[in-house]
Amino acid sequence: MNLFTYARATSAADAASKFQPAAKFLGGGTNLVDLMRETIERPTALVDVTGLSSAIAEGPQGGLLIGAAARNTKVAEDTLVRTRYPALSRAIVSGASAQIRNMATVGGNLLQRTRCTYFYDDEGSSCNKRQPGQGCDAIDGFNRNHAVLGASSSCVAVHPSDMCVALAAFDAVVHIQRDGQELKIPFGDVHRLPGDRPDLDTTLHPADLIVAVELPPLSFSARSTYRKVRDRASYAFALVSVAAALDIKDGKIADVRLALGGVAHKPWRASKAEAMLRGGPATEDAFRAAAAAELADAEPLSHNGFKIELARRAIVAVLVELAGVEA
Amino acid sequence: MITINGTGVPLPDDLRVTLLDLLRDGLNLSGTKKGCNQGACGACTVLVDGERVISCLALAVQYEGRSIVTIEGLGTAGSLHPLQQAFIDHDGFQCGYCTPGQICSAVGMMDEIRRGVPSHVTEDLASTTLTLSRDEARERMSGNLCRCGAHNGIIDAIFDARQEAAE
Amino acid sequence: MSIVNDAKQLAQGLVENVVSTAVALAPDSWIPGGVPDPLIAHRHGHVGKPISRVDGALKVSGAAPFAAEIPVDGVVFASLVYSTIARGRIASLDTRQAEAAPGVIAVMTYQNAPRMKSPPAFLSAPKAAGGDDAPVMQDDKVRWNGEPIAVVLAHSQEQADHAKSLVHASYESEAALTDFAEARARGSKTGLFMGHALHDEIGDADAAFGESAVTIDSHFTTPRHNHNAIELHSVTANWTGDKLRLHDASQLVAHTSWSIAQMFGMPEENVVVTSPFVGGGFGGKCLWQHQILAAAAARLVNRPVRLTLSREGVYRMVGGRTLTEQRVALGANAEGALKALIHTGTVAKTARNALPEPFILPARSAYASETMKLDVQTVELDMLSNTFMRAPGESVGTFGLECAMDELAAKLGMDPIELRLRNEPEKDPLSGLPFSSRNLAEAWRSGAERFGWSRRKPTPRATRDGEWLVGVGCATATYPYYRMPGGAARITLSADGHATVEIAAHEMGMGTATAHTQVVADRLGLPLDAVTFLYGDSTMPGVVLAGGSQQTASIGASVTAAHRALVARLIEIAGNDSPLAGLSPDQVGGRDAGLSHLEEPGRHETYASILSRSRRESITVEANAPDPLETMHWSMHSHGAMFCEVRVNTITGEPRVSRFLGSFDCGRILNPKTATSQFRGGIIMGLGLALMEETQFDERNGRIMNPSLAEYHVPVHMDVPDIEVMWTDIPDPHAPMGARGIGEIGITGTGAAIANAIYNATGKRVRDLPITLDKLM
Ligand SMILES: Cc1cc2nc3c(=O)[nH]c(=O)nc-3n(C[C@H](O)[C@H](O)[C@H](O)COP(=O)(O)OP(=O)(O)OC[C@H]3O[C@@H](n4cnc5c(N)ncnc54)[C@H](O)[C@@H]3O)c2cc1C
Ligand code: FES
Ligand code: FES
Repeated sequence: MNLFTYARATSAADAASKFQPAAKFLGGGTNLVDLMRETIERPTALVDVTGLSSAIAEGPQGGLLIGAAARNTKVAEDTLVRTRYPALSRAIVSGASAQIRNMATVGGNLLQRTRCTYFYDDEGSSCNKRQPGQGCDAIDGFNRNHAVLGASSSCVAVHPSDMCVALAAFDAVVHIQRDGQELKIPFGDVHRLPGDRPDLDTTLHPADLIVAVELPPLSFSARSTYRKVRDRASYAFALVSVAAALDIKDGKIADVRLALGGVAHKPWRASKAEAMLRGGPATEDAFRAAAAAELADAEPLSHNGFKIELARRAIVAVLVELAGVEA
Repeated sequence: MITINGTGVPLPDDLRVTLLDLLRDGLNLSGTKKGCNQGACGACTVLVDGERVISCLALAVQYEGRSIVTIEGLGTAGSLHPLQQAFIDHDGFQCGYCTPGQICSAVGMMDEIRRGVPSHVTEDLASTTLTLSRDEARERMSGNLCRCGAHNGIIDAIFDARQEAAE
Repeated sequence: MSIVNDAKQLAQGLVENVVSTAVALAPDSWIPGGVPDPLIAHRHGHVGKPISRVDGALKVSGAAPFAAEIPVDGVVFASLVYSTIARGRIASLDTRQAEAAPGVIAVMTYQNAPRMKSPPAFLSAPKAAGGDDAPVMQDDKVRWNGEPIAVVLAHSQEQADHAKSLVHASYESEAALTDFAEARARGSKTGLFMGHALHDEIGDADAAFGESAVTIDSHFTTPRHNHNAIELHSVTANWTGDKLRLHDASQLVAHTSWSIAQMFGMPEENVVVTSPFVGGGFGGKCLWQHQILAAAAARLVNRPVRLTLSREGVYRMVGGRTLTEQRVALGANAEGALKALIHTGTVAKTARNALPEPFILPARSAYASETMKLDVQTVELDMLSNTFMRAPGESVGTFGLECAMDELAAKLGMDPIELRLRNEPEKDPLSGLPFSSRNLAEAWRSGAERFGWSRRKPTPRATRDGEWLVGVGCATATYPYYRMPGGAARITLSADGHATVEIAAHEMGMGTATAHTQVVADRLGLPLDAVTFLYGDSTMPGVVLAGGSQQTASIGASVTAAHRALVARLIEIAGNDSPLAGLSPDQVGGRDAGLSHLEEPGRHETYASILSRSRRESITVEANAPDPLETMHWSMHSHGAMFCEVRVNTITGEPRVSRFLGSFDCGRILNPKTATSQFRGGIIMGLGLALMEETQFDERNGRIMNPSLAEYHVPVHMDVPDIEVMWTDIPDPHAPMGARGIGEIGITGTGAAIANAIYNATGKRVRDLPITLDKLM
């Protein structure tokens, strides 16, 4: 870990003023400190933003506004979150460990980096995300955990967050501060696909400060859940995960929200499946067809082909559960 | 200053020093263990203002003004915390290396249960009163690895100590 | 076979001699292979009681000092740089930037490291401890991807860790062999284990297999594993003049002391290795390069050096279990009697070590097959040397063998327990030796009853609970009794009647200190608090490896020998005024804090009285354990019947173990509380082996890709169900205290029991570990 300066921000404006080139905002540190130790991140200045707003409050149009410094546990245990957006609560508590969730902030969780083991091996492996142009050792290496959707020939890494999958499903809006302005970015526009710039995880600029995440109102958000499939019963990253919310009226799907984790470089909003489902019957067959459509373009690597079928099945199972239909 | 087990301690000069290394190398409070330095094993668990955190990914400087309790602050060999005694009674350890982390974690967990923090296995999210089933305890303690395989004894100890606290 | 017969005759002859002379000497002791340990008959002492650990309070309060935690004045911190190629030479190594970094004291490389001999590799000499015999930072050669190439020394760990990232190396790569299939295609050699070829045959197994009525022919693969003790390897090396002290985390202090002395060309007694607490070992806490590098660096900078490996470092330079590819072919008649047992396969090792994972060991004594062919082939890769990990051989060997037995049972339409009992051997199938004690049938019977095996539905996929398929399975666990030569102990008895036992043994969580406090108290007739058991220091007597589940036997035999010497000495000094006057040592035993006539317990004198009358503050005796002749005279093995219930998710394939029972036959259980933990610990590691553990070795460049506890999965609390254990508690008349080791058996059979249960649940046979969900979807 290189030497750095440290400053605590007392407000968003203060954070911006303390930011300098090659600085990083510091949340709980559970990802950044790890990556600094691995020499993958080498900030020369840290601006601690855990003192900024961590409030969870009713949002402008009836949704929720969550301060970026809110710890993951605080969000998961919040009464409004667990009753109105249960999928978010469930996604958070399925991630990491209780200790890490007590430290991790919403802002940090959003910007945590991939767990690709070649990305982590700064000394001995090639990685285009770490060093553009270096090559990708994962494509023909251990790629069981890697992407099946939206990957590129330069990067097959996945975004590791659980929380973000639920946020993607709920059409969250990320409030950032850029150049003294507050911008609102739709969640789907924050993370990006790798293309030929896998070094860029998101569309945010280095100095952008996440100040809050807004959950817009959604009439059926209470009918939502999150399912995570992993190699251990707990404390493991998702192989595949599904966040979904379902609105059924008169036996028909009035509306649906569906997002996948563990399959792509970003939390994967399953828009194709949603479009197919909307207005259709809430039957297992319909769920199956939608899942198949969503994964039609999936491309397996040597070890992760199972994720395609696993994702299909997980989607169907979650929708079946929410619809309350017989499997 | 950071308060550690009730005593004020100055911040380290080197900003890179983690809370874990401050405890172990700086203060000789080596009861808090280092098993990975990757956030992956829980051996370094301590309580910060009553909440359990892993100290290996915590930069000490971030904890200025906070109050830390380590295993040494919970009880001593001569005057054990009830949970420490329960670990002995139920053989909740073998090599003993993960043990301080398990105990601090369990103390933090009991508070989370009291607060009604849900877990991955909590069925009814709407209810804020929780009962500690064995599965709830297992899920919530999963951030603490034990390679010796003392898992059963650890869960037994937690239940026993909770029983005692209730009586 | 003739070698075996010769050895047997030799052993029998020796045993007879020893028995005839020594038995008369001291009946209150145990003779290897002869008289049962009299402690077996003591049923009301401390042995067998569920005593809590003597070091419990220290451990739960964080006060037990582990290797990295012993304060040493002026200590400097080390950080290692590892190679990134599998084979070749270092072309350039630029340390200037690192040397100029704040706090850096020196950077050690092959260019300035003190000259040392290569480490003596384990098994190459009685006290050899090295994980392999590669030179340690002596030349520009690179032998594996991850080999240490530089040691950065600084005033703080932070400074050292940072400076290490400023060391710049470039390499000239040479063609490396890192691909197992390619290595196999180039040809293999028969494995040599402890000087013997891993090849056994009885009759013509291939022919018998061809003629058998019912056959199974299956292939199994098991991946590399890492021990992953939670304590990181750490050592502090401190020179005073020409004396070296190492605070180590070690499961072989005496071996380490000798081996390092050889390397530096100094007398063994000048290297003191202490290791009072070890945060888990499992075979991984032996001598690797870090202790040597720390000692060399400490000499280079003339200051004490602390070297704690990062978790990545443990993966890069401390070997783990190697991979295996196994074939198990079984032939039986229609009644299930085995006609042919073929267990063969290939493992990877290096040219620098002597451990071909001996996966055929279980098959050697498991079943009464008419014919047998067992063979381990080895190939040598350019990789970090593999090493012993909990039940080397048995852990993965029982996976192949016991899964195949389950497959055979299914094919025969027979209950798998019945099949196993039908093939119980009466004597050791290969050596022909009698079993010292084998009650596997009893373990099966009692275990099956407790588990409720009779409720099993033999047809796969017969039980469903919502999304989950439920199944049960079983397998035999087996691990040999070992006792290595070299045990010795010292007993000091003080005038206040307190006994202190010293032996260079180890406590890594097995409960050694506790169990042996109990044993010593019973042998001497003392209360527990009048016994102190000291260990973990190479200056103490004995060359005791905490491995092979042999430490208990080794300590037991050593203490017995020392006790015999103590009794003789006490009688001698008791003199004519003692009620014991005129008795010979074989007529007395320890009782009520003193010695008693065995036949007239009233003739008794306390230790305190004997010592005070002879005006002594204390007496000290030391003795060596007799050679382990018992293992040449009997076939000595522990066994277990493992039962498991699994649930497999029909949607996701996720496998979960929901119930586990181990029913063991391991001789006498010295402490049921700590033994339960040992058994469960082994089973849980077996659960990891079955379902999730794999060291990812990238065959393109020989690099380990998951050197992290986040990416190498060991079981977490949520993976571990309540595990029940039970035991026959039938003492082995030929083992000290009647106890065979219990440290490793739990991991054996477990993988197979889980795989067999998964078959029962799903109808799928998964023969390559780990059984992850993708294989079950
Ligand atoms: C062993 C282990 C297991 C884990 N398992 C899981 C899992 O199963 N599922 C899962 O989802 N996650 C998992 N995690 C990851 C964990 O959720 C993240 O590390 C955590 O959410 C990051 O939050 P933080 O506040 O600690 O971020 P930090 O580490 O502080 O920061 C992460 C990044 O966010 C930036 N940042 C932080 N706050 C802001 C802000 N307000 N504005 C702009 N930038 C900001 C930082 O500069 C940095 O680049 C695991 C982590 C570990 C160590
Ligand atoms: S040392 Fe902190 S989690 Fe392992
Ligand atoms: S007791 Fe050894 S790791 Fe838990």
